[in-house]
Amino acid sequence: MEWRGLHELMEQGKWVPQKEDLMDLFSSKDLLKLGKLAHQVRLNKNGKKVYYALNRHINYTNVCENGCLFCAFSKRKGDSGAYVLSIQEIIDMVARNGKIDEVHLVGGCNSDLSLSYFVDIITAIKTMFPNIGIKGLTAVEIAHIAKKENKSFQYVILALKDAGLDALAGGGAEIFANSIRSQICPNKISGKIWLDIHKTAHKCGIKSNATMLFGHVERVEHRIEHLLKLRELQEETGGFMSFVPIPFLPKNTKLEYKKGPTAVDILKTVAISRIALTNFDHIKAYWVMMGLGLATIALNFGADDLEGTVLSERIGKDAGGEDSGLMNEEKLVQIIRQSGFVPVRRTTLYN
Amino acid sequence: MAYKWKRLTLTDASRLLTTVDLHTLREMATEIRNSHNKSDTVTYAVDRNINYTNICMCRCKFCAFSRDEDSQDAYVLNKDVLIEKIKATKEKGGTHVLLQGGLNPKLPFSYHTEMLKLIREFGLHVHGYSPSEIVFFANIYHMSIDEVLAKLKEAGLGSIPGGGAEILSDRTRRNLSPKKATTKEYLSVMEKAHKLGIKTTATMMFGHVETILQRLVHLKLIRDLQDRTNGFTAFILWPYQPWQNELPFKKTQPLEYLRMLAISRIFLDNIPHIQASWVTQGKDVAQLALYFGADDMGSTMMEENVVSAAGTKFMLDEGAIRELISSAGFVPKKRDVLYNILEN
Repeated sequence: MEWRGLHELMEQGKWVPQKEDLMDLFSSKDLLKLGKLAHQVRLNKNGKKVYYALNRHINYTNVCENGCLFCAFSKRKGDSGAYVLSIQEIIDMVARNGKIDEVHLVGGCNSDLSLSYFVDIITAIKTMFPNIGIKGLTAVEIAHIAKKENKSFQYVILALKDAGLDALAGGGAEIFANSIRSQICPNKISGKIWLDIHKTAHKCGIKSNATMLFGHVERVEHRIEHLLKLRELQEETGGFMSFVPIPFLPKNTKLEYKKGPTAVDILKTVAISRIALTNFDHIKAYWVMMGLGLATIALNFGADDLEGTVLSERIGKDAGGEDSGLMNEEKLVQIIRQSGFVPVRRTTLYN
Repeated sequence: MAYKWKRLTLTDASRLLTTVDLHTLREMATEIRNSHNKSDTVTYAVDRNINYTNICMCRCKFCAFSRDEDSQDAYVLNKDVLIEKIKATKEKGGTHVLLQGGLNPKLPFSYHTEMLKLIREFGLHVHGYSPSEIVFFANIYHMSIDEVLAKLKEAGLGSIPGGGAEILSDRTRRNLSPKKATTKEYLSVMEKAHKLGIKTTATMMFGHVETILQRLVHLKLIRDLQDRTNGFTAFILWPYQPWQNELPFKKTQPLEYLRMLAISRIFLDNIPHIQASWVTQGKDVAQLALYFGADDMGSTMMEENVVSAAGTKFMLDEGAIRELISSAGFVPKKRDVLYNILEN
């Protein structure tokens, strides 16, 4: 592929990535040319800004019926260490440690929990802390609640929106291809349903994020197909705010024998995501999964968002991710400045 | 993109380090890397670290390895242990030994010359005795630096590692390592060694109490000496490891390491090789370092006692190093201590 030409097409907004183009980018040995191109796209969109939120992750339950092979967090009901947080416990967590702007609420598919549990949590948080944005529940949890309640996706999403949900979380996308899902998350909703639910959310006026879990059993073409499907839906709805490429962390999972992606692969994937998803405003370097050191390097490879302080995160930590326990705003801002960028504190909807 | 670069002044370097974006820095570093080395090749060595004693009267503030003479875990390696280590090195296809130790006043000079002869008998090259050790020998054995170097060379010393440079600023050294060789002594040992035909490496340990300017002056001192002697084979830099010592906790982020690496590559335009430090940075960042000016993945070491005492523990065997290089997109080539490539 002619790199210079690609850059010019992108500048003019005329480039529509094709599968073959992205294959070329992935097979390129020139990580840094890719990185530079991605960095240029990032600078055009977001300048030298790096977004972060003061946010707390609340993993309301670890009981999950899906039992995905890459997960180190989930438990079966009755297992030791299985838990469900009460509304009071959640409110206490939100109130702890001073000011936050955002709650990230995700957990397992636990059949004991009905729609009213989520409506109550969201209502309670919004009543007590009206300025906190709630980014919560992944498409997987929406599907689970809809099935339990025997209601449509739209019904569930609107009920949560009424309660005060601001945005849908992007998790559970993994890799869309069925051939991969059957190997790593056979009980999870299909890629098609994941996309349907996000489309429904966008039509209901709920923005969302999108993720991709990579570096396990998938091949490059599966990543490409994943990116192109997201791009296509974004063209249709414009409802995605950010894309989060998540490197697979093998520790404590059933795929522990796998290595997980190298730093080179991670940066390449971040860069290609930025190049392929020109219709997404933000690419997130989720430092809990990527490691803080690599995440700050990724800011030069297309990423413009570090997610946030991510207090009390458990899912990534259980799989060997970075412990967010010691993070605070001052530290995060300092790291962003030292890396040569301008820290911008964001709300859930990037205001 | 072709950069018409000229040799950097301190002001240029300072401006580059603090203002230029990562990609531009990387491109400049890569251009200079490739002017000295094949662009697709990354070399590495198979060797073993032997730290003959941990008794050291320097007791630098950043060091977690050294011990006082009466400490319970103080040691001096004896001949039998040494032979065992040398044999194991031979078995793994090692070409040389990296021989360094603490400044231990109880050892006679003959301990060193005999150790050198012993290692040479097994056909291994000895890359050993950093300038601080040489200066120390000159002091306690009442010889000139030239005499020490000549005698060690005669006993079998092949080349000298650049360890102990830390930051070549006496202001910093007085604070961190007041008993260690001064800037002038370090450089003078290197210059004298080069003149005797002994090649050396140069190092820098940064990220503790020094300023950016002090780092750059360090690079300048090395570059100036290289202009005079052309005796440095490689430059190796690593951030100070903060886990286990008395200095304030300060961890250098990988991004800062990569920028410093790139600046070193650009600034030291007369030094052929720059190593990536997997020992301090781990596999991931070491791979990235190959894109920021490094052309060499260091060596297998087999045992590493100094950095690991400071709380950073990574170990890689030859297979793992080759894999690391090839999965980063380069061709691994085994080299000897003088950077001669040993495979085609």
